[in-house]
Amino acid sequence: MMKHRRRMFRGLRQPFRTGVLVLVWGWLLALVLVPNLLVIAASFLTRDPGTFISLPVTLENYRSLMDPLYLEVFLHSLYMASVTTLVCLLIGYPFAWALSRVGKERQLLLIFLLIVPFWTNSLVRTYALKLLMATNGLINNGLMALGVIDEPMRMLYTEGAVIVGLVYLLLPFMILPLYSVFDDLRQELLLASHDLGAGRFSTFIHVVVPLTLPGILAGVMLVLLPAMGLFFVPDILGGSRNLLVGNVIKNQFLDARDWPFGAAAAILLTLAMALLLFTHRLSQRRLGEGGDL
Amino acid sequence: MTRWLPQAYLSLVYLALYIPIAVLVVFSFNDGRTGYRWGGFSLRWYEALFNNSAMMQALWNSLWLAVSAATLSTLIGSLTALALHRYRFRGKRALRGMLFVVMMSPEIVLAISLLALFLLVGIELGYVSLLLAHVTFCLPFVVITVMARLSGFDDRLPEAARDLGATDFIMTRTVLLPVIMPALLAGWLLGFTLSLDDVVVSTFVSGPGYEILPLRIYSMVRVGLKPEVNALGTLLLVFSLLMLLMSQWILARSKR
Amino acid sequence: MTQKTLLSLRNLGKSFSGKNVLDSLDLDIGDGEFITLLGPSGCGKTTLLRLLAGFEIPDSGNIELAGSDITHLPPEQRPLNTVFQNYALFPHMSVYDNVAYGLKMEKRPKEEIRQRVDDVLAMVQLGDFAGRKPHQLSGGQQQRVAIARAVIKRPKLLLLDEPLSALDFKLRRTMQIELKRLQRELGITFVFVTHDQEEALSMSDRVVVLMNGQIQQKGTPREIYERPANLFTARFVGETNLFPGTLEQVGDQQITVNVSGYRRSMPCPRFPVSNGQSVHVLLRPEDIRVLEPDADHGFPGKVVERNYKGSTLDSVIHLEDGTEVLASEFFDEEDPTFDYQLGEPVRVSWVDGWEWLLPKEPDAVDETQAADV
Repeated sequence: MMKHRRRMFRGLRQPFRTGVLVLVWGWLLALVLVPNLLVIAASFLTRDPGTFISLPVTLENYRSLMDPLYLEVFLHSLYMASVTTLVCLLIGYPFAWALSRVGKERQLLLIFLLIVPFWTNSLVRTYALKLLMATNGLINNGLMALGVIDEPMRMLYTEGAVIVGLVYLLLPFMILPLYSVFDDLRQELLLASHDLGAGRFSTFIHVVVPLTLPGILAGVMLVLLPAMGLFFVPDILGGSRNLLVGNVIKNQFLDARDWPFGAAAAILLTLAMALLLFTHRLSQRRLGEGGDL
Repeated sequence: MTRWLPQAYLSLVYLALYIPIAVLVVFSFNDGRTGYRWGGFSLRWYEALFNNSAMMQALWNSLWLAVSAATLSTLIGSLTALALHRYRFRGKRALRGMLFVVMMSPEIVLAISLLALFLLVGIELGYVSLLLAHVTFCLPFVVITVMARLSGFDDRLPEAARDLGATDFIMTRTVLLPVIMPALLAGWLLGFTLSLDDVVVSTFVSGPGYEILPLRIYSMVRVGLKPEVNALGTLLLVFSLLMLLMSQWILARSKR
Repeated sequence: MTQKTLLSLRNLGKSFSGKNVLDSLDLDIGDGEFITLLGPSGCGKTTLLRLLAGFEIPDSGNIELAGSDITHLPPEQRPLNTVFQNYALFPHMSVYDNVAYGLKMEKRPKEEIRQRVDDVLAMVQLGDFAGRKPHQLSGGQQQRVAIARAVIKRPKLLLLDEPLSALDFKLRRTMQIELKRLQRELGITFVFVTHDQEEALSMSDRVVVLMNGQIQQKGTPREIYERPANLFTARFVGETNLFPGTLEQVGDQQITVNVSGYRRSMPCPRFPVSNGQSVHVLLRPEDIRVLEPDADHGFPGKVVERNYKGSTLDSVIHLEDGTEVLASEFFDEEDPTFDYQLGEPVRVSWVDGWEWLLPKEPDAVDETQAADV
């Protein structure tokens, strides 16, 4: 197999291969590995008004993360991200299931419709939500015209607005991995379960959920992390009280100029990602499939 | 199981996804000043948009950045995909893992790490820093797109070409390139869109000398509502839709 | 049939988007029988199995199992189990958990489950594999797990949907014998679906030949092979040579058939006959005898193909009127002239009494469908 593959493009030989590998490794080392090491290093250093960072080495930044003021912001951010993820899962799970049961031709069209928004500028889409939710926006005007409410509801600049915005932007990222596991879910497995005496509920718990778990975890990963980082959503919809970890990091780097602290916050986020990735791998291995990429 | 229930549910979610976009488009043609109430059809916001020279400059900057970032990432990404597909080399797993991590890691972490690097090395924040950053986050997506195409590629085709007397150069030109060309185009379009849409990374690594569209929009929509943004958003929507249709068409046609 | 009836289907009909897949079908299956549903793809055999399992509801008719009507019972409440075509093993569960699934659904005590799973795994010789995941097993082992999982609840009826089609030839033979043994040991009624006629003949007590949603014939493998009810069955099960014949001199016991000028006398067939009637004379390749060219009877022809098959020698003989005849002969060690040269002139005849007559039927049988198996 390998021998055969080596032969296949015999012309593109060593110099080419070396060149490509040097190029891509060089790029990744210089623009991914080194910068990340810099961030890790920065998180253990001290803030300096002139050069941004300086010695001595300290754990102070991580300790400040535990400061009640920041802890509250983090927990609130985590809370909003979790609610966002949960809402995406609750909407996306039945959606992906229904999508996978549609005829193949229509499925392609529906998936296309699902990724159109993904190809549309996310700022513009967030702005469109603002248009709907403003005090004298369309929802309020419509409801008042229908006589459902007497005076406009306050929707913008609330926690709910941020969550709606995050769900709106991130829902496709939950649906796509779920769709792919549902698409792989063989119908006979459900029949086999019924055949062996399991009702709908038992089949769902014992067969459907475990088999779609990798998709659930992938979706959670793809929603939860951005939901903590997308700082422009609270900026546009949430006002100053509903901040995300992303807002904190951005403020520390661009406004307060406290790099070590911002770096520590970023590392916290990265660790969360690593944990989720690890869980995802584990669930895939349980099903005896290899990881992707 | 009732058949209409899943259908109704699907429709409902699509409705929710598209209503805000529809409202945006409709109100871009609104003559009213407030942006909330329909005041008749008008193209005034499109006019205002085209007369806003700062906005137009940002638009051109963004397009140029997206074109160059997509081109460079397609070049590096497709070569990487080829190398991953055909060579065995040490660190192959590490390379795949690294690309995976870039794809999965939170954008904001990539953003601050690049900011730290640029300031440390002394790269001025502007076109160059934006280009380096955009190519970096586009790269894994291009690699995946091209790899997917290569994995469906019959390894015997190049052998057949050589068997029939083609030299390597001719084989590459007549067999390999036509086969992976759709993936290259799709990868390029994906990179272009990712670059044009990016807010998070650009916020950190752009400088005052090179303003790009998302940041311009960002600063406009943070406070209040700007009907010009409706017009711009509509134009961007049409543009993305065309790009997406094009890439789908290319991929679909190549599957025949 | 001497056994008491376990399953009876009455007037069963099912259509999908206007197309009749099963057409008012009647069938009785006896307790403890090994019955095979045989037919080309699209003949309705899989639909019939799905109706039995409860995955589909029939448009008309009813299904009765051990005296009670189960036509509209959901699958989880039917006292029967299925072995699926591609096994449908739960990939996230170990062999043990797969096999235990049905008992867990019955909420049996843990100890009983353990005992019964151990027993059934031992029976299919997989005692050492309880902790493995399905993807760590070979095809044959997965097959055994699927069977173990289906029989652990001691169903009254086991449905097997082409269970051997994914296995290679040798393994298939082993599993055929294994399945027969299991069926004998367990005493469970098997309804086995296949499109492989050899498999059907070698395993079953009774074969039901299906085509276009209708039963073409039901009977023992021997009846099906030696006394096919119609042309479809004759062609679908085994190789067949067909000769057109005309009846002459119809007597009480004997008739004379004229096959392109060559007259043979044979016993009366089961269908009513009259002088001058057209019939088909069916001859299996092993009924054919190839004679020396100077023999006093038989059709003259020449050998156009010969295939050495180990225990038999198969040859294709081109008759002078253009018909091709397939002959399969056992070796005769004594006969040095047994082998033929290509192009050699011979005469073709058959063993008296081994022929089978069918009335001439308009060639309505869709041959393309029969051939695509």
